[in-house]
Amino acid sequence: MVEFSLWQILGNLLLAARWTVALSLIAFAGGGVVGLALVTARLRGGRGASLAVAAYVQVFQGTPLLIQLFLAYFGLGLFGIDVSPWIAAGGALTLYASAYLAEIWRGCVDAIPRGQWEAADSLALSFGEKLRHVVAPQALRIAVAPTVGFLVQVIKGTALASIIGFVELTKTGTMITNATFRPFTVYACVALMYFALCWPVSACSRRLETRMRRDR
Amino acid sequence: MAAAMIQLDFAAVLVDWPLLLRGAALTLALTAVATVLGGALGIACARARTHGPTPARVLAAAYVELIRNTPFIVQLFFIFFGLPSLGVRLSSEAASVIAMTLNLGAYAAEIVRAGIEATPLGQLEAARSLALTERQVFLRVVLPPSLGRVWPALVSQVVIVMLGSAVCGQIAAQELSYSTNLIMSRNFRSFEANFVAAGLYLAMAVALRQALAWAGPRWLFGRSAPRGS
Repeated sequence: MVEFSLWQILGNLLLAARWTVALSLIAFAGGGVVGLALVTARLRGGRGASLAVAAYVQVFQGTPLLIQLFLAYFGLGLFGIDVSPWIAAGGALTLYASAYLAEIWRGCVDAIPRGQWEAADSLALSFGEKLRHVVAPQALRIAVAPTVGFLVQVIKGTALASIIGFVELTKTGTMITNATFRPFTVYACVALMYFALCWPVSACSRRLETRMRRDR
Repeated sequence: MAAAMIQLDFAAVLVDWPLLLRGAALTLALTAVATVLGGALGIACARARTHGPTPARVLAAAYVELIRNTPFIVQLFFIFFGLPSLGVRLSSEAASVIAMTLNLGAYAAEIVRAGIEATPLGQLEAARSLALTERQVFLRVVLPPSLGRVWPALVSQVVIVMLGSAVCGQIAAQELSYSTNLIMSRNFRSFEANFVAAGLYLAMAVALRQALAWAGPRWLFGRSAPRGS
């Protein structure tokens, strides 16, 4: 048993929180890029593309993130790739985030009245132009609040990466617990750290939402 | 080619079907209990936040924010590993149910609250003009249509909690992901085992969604007026 003062526990957790933040940002940015591609495919492509994207979303929203992480970890291993937790966790969380973001953004695009698309059509705009000049600017306004809200889900999701050996906040908490046998204090501190990370993002998302509703 | 050497053996996993079935059954059982308890907790908190006295409002809001802004796995670890130092020793199944209930309760509270706040004022006035007590107004007039309004969101949340329960295997609750881990450790078919588990979870998620979508209007907020006093 090792003696840790409360400050040492907090200090170590704070250092570990860096990796939680880094992994969250990677997954959120990666998920944004893939999600954008998915939404475009759904809008642009025919029925086939639309069905494929719907199936993709259904699979990622219908299976536990933990199992997705295991599949990424062991799946890449099958190909003889030396899987670092960074790649497995980053990859799995990216795909997970992309499915949710694609679904959120699809809802936002669907909320744009059909007349806008038709008006853009009548101006003989190409698909890219329609998206860029007519639909995206309007959809973006609706999308900001739920997108920021989803960031909270991503941050919390990174906690599961601890199970495949990614040393972030939760894993560090477990390691400190194993050294100090003070699970109550350590996990309470871990929870407070997550709260400190997530709550401002939640509050920001809520404020954006009320502002948008007021503007309308 | 590395890819050509990959040999998948699903039979080695599927041979353990009784184990998978038992795990899936426990996952569903945990979810069922958490849904009932968490749903009730959510409704209570939603009522506290919309109708309660200030301390109740603050308390409910603090609970909701605390749960919604921390990961489920940390909540679970805190309950299972942390609470024993206060003298509260729980079995892994009990800790799982409590964590799932608390988690669902917080999300359900926000969802139900949105439904309650969308109640037309005229309905409240009509109910009060019939001299119903506040309790009757809430249970008979406000709540059923509120649940109806937000039912799809509640169903989604229950599915999310069911999928989230995969983490409970980490504290040795013998649900589906625990079975999967056990199979993995026996035959080292890690990818196949998780692939099968993913398929089972997907099927359970779809079935649960259908079942709740069917059950809600029939038993909770049907068109027929509630019977009894």
